[in-house]
Amino acid sequence: MFVEFLWVLLLGSLLGLELIGKVPPTLHTPLMSGANAISGITVLAALTAIIKAGDNTVVLLLGSVSLGFALFNVIGGFLVTDRMLAMFSRKPARKENR
Amino acid sequence: MSDLLKYAIELVAVLLLALGIKGLSKVRSARGANQLAAVAMGLAVLGLLINYLGTTGISSAAWVWIIAGTLVGGVLGAITAQRVPMTSMPETVALFNGCGGMSSLLVALAAALYPVALDAAGPVAVVSIVVSVFVGAITFTGSIVAMAKLQGWLSTPAWMQSKGRHVVNIALAVASLVGAIEMLRNADSGTGLWLLMAASGLLGIGVTLPIGGADMPVVISLLNSYSGVAAAAAGFVVGSQLLIVAGAMVGAAGLILTQVMCNGMNRSLVSVLFGGALGATTATGGGGGEYTNITSCSVEECALTLEAAERVVIVPGYGLAVAQAQHTLREVTRVLESAGIDVAYAIHPVAGRMPGHMNVLLAEADVPYEQLQEMDQINPEFPATDVVLVLGANDVVNPQAKSDPNSPLYGMPVLDVQDARTVFVVKRGMSAGYSGIKNDLFELANTSMLFGDAKKVLGDLLVELKDLGLGKK
Repeated sequence: MFVEFLWVLLLGSLLGLELIGKVPPTLHTPLMSGANAISGITVLAALTAIIKAGDNTVVLLLGSVSLGFALFNVIGGFLVTDRMLAMFSRKPARKENR
Repeated sequence: MSDLLKYAIELVAVLLLALGIKGLSKVRSARGANQLAAVAMGLAVLGLLINYLGTTGISSAAWVWIIAGTLVGGVLGAITAQRVPMTSMPETVALFNGCGGMSSLLVALAAALYPVALDAAGPVAVVSIVVSVFVGAITFTGSIVAMAKLQGWLSTPAWMQSKGRHVVNIALAVASLVGAIEMLRNADSGTGLWLLMAASGLLGIGVTLPIGGADMPVVISLLNSYSGVAAAAAGFVVGSQLLIVAGAMVGAAGLILTQVMCNGMNRSLVSVLFGGALGATTATGGGGGEYTNITSCSVEECALTLEAAERVVIVPGYGLAVAQAQHTLREVTRVLESAGIDVAYAIHPVAGRMPGHMNVLLAEADVPYEQLQEMDQINPEFPATDVVLVLGANDVVNPQAKSDPNSPLYGMPVLDVQDARTVFVVKRGMSAGYSGIKNDLFELANTSMLFGDAKKVLGDLLVELKDLGLGKK
């Protein structure tokens, strides 16, 4: 099981290294913000903790607070990235209309 | 639910996340890619819930806690995302990022306190917990410090800029290690856990606090990469492959982005992390000193010069963003354009406080994308430029970076605005820039200072230009 996980870690890292090659400076901020939202994927860990907690109140509480933090990151991150990117995509559309 | 379906959902989610990150690095596809990643995230959550519903079931108590956490976090996140002004984007990313780190930390904490409940016993689980707590705590405190520094709530105490801070940080790192070893030796002892948490949290502060504001974007990007690592470690703790892949992907991609940003600023990652604040060495070294030969002028003179110009280049900086003057600026440039004057914007790679930040702000003010020119493109054109209007930018137009090898700015790419015929610098006062370094540009013969808030100066300028009969067509 553990070795399997290590493979997953290795392949995931390699994939991440390959994904971004050249990024125009314009997109540095949105890309950072978007990647940051994805790192809120710890929602999965938080949910797992809550579901497995049984009647252990401390774990339930920690899991729930953790879920809140993670979702704050995910929802806020995706929305704010979208807000930024909406400003870029507006331009070409208007030019075509002219 | 069959394992097959679970793996299928996870695989699709990973694929979409990867495509999302990839798409975010191209202007055309960026917005769709962001939405794709959001869908992937929703899919992953849905898959996890369906999987547990089909196997162990989810108790009603668990649902209550899930809904409570979702509502609080989701609503606060949505409100924050809607409310924050575009100017404080770097701080916002730092805040979100810190919360991601905190989330991983809390899950690991729960697993460490109640290993039986979460099947997190054995050395592998303990190592995962250690990594998750360590990286999570550094990400959290580091991001919060970064946010506070960017907001101006926090400045670096003097002792933090001395070499002594390295000793303190090394001591904190050693303390973290001791805590980690203690946890491995005796999993039941809480001492190791609390020591690790406290020491790594303080280490996050100790490492981030001395870093100068100009380097902060790089640090946020690096911390963003850390939060990916923390997520991957949390994946080991709860045994989720999807979490490991996604965390590793963000961690690695974040590292590449950090490197790209460092290249853009001509700084090495090592000097960002360990070099400390740019201004730290200038108190005694070269580059400091008082201004002796400043020419200031009135808005009226500036308007007259602009009227006679054929080509004008605007250099926007963070001061423009702070004054919320980008819309007024757009008005001014519209008037100039209507009089047949050629207008361009020179965008330094780190204009604003983060690469790409200024592009976002100007796009918000309806500045045409084609008028935004990058540094390498516009630098050779300055000698043929009549007027340069520097708005709230400072370090990025400091000629010291090319002329004075003793200057801490030396080697940083700058805009060669001094090559233009006339330079107007709009600035609130004679205070130093973000790096705390004196700007030689202000003393040059072809430079005039226009003191005042950028928005007010531009507003006055607009009136003067209209009085001169520009923009009446």
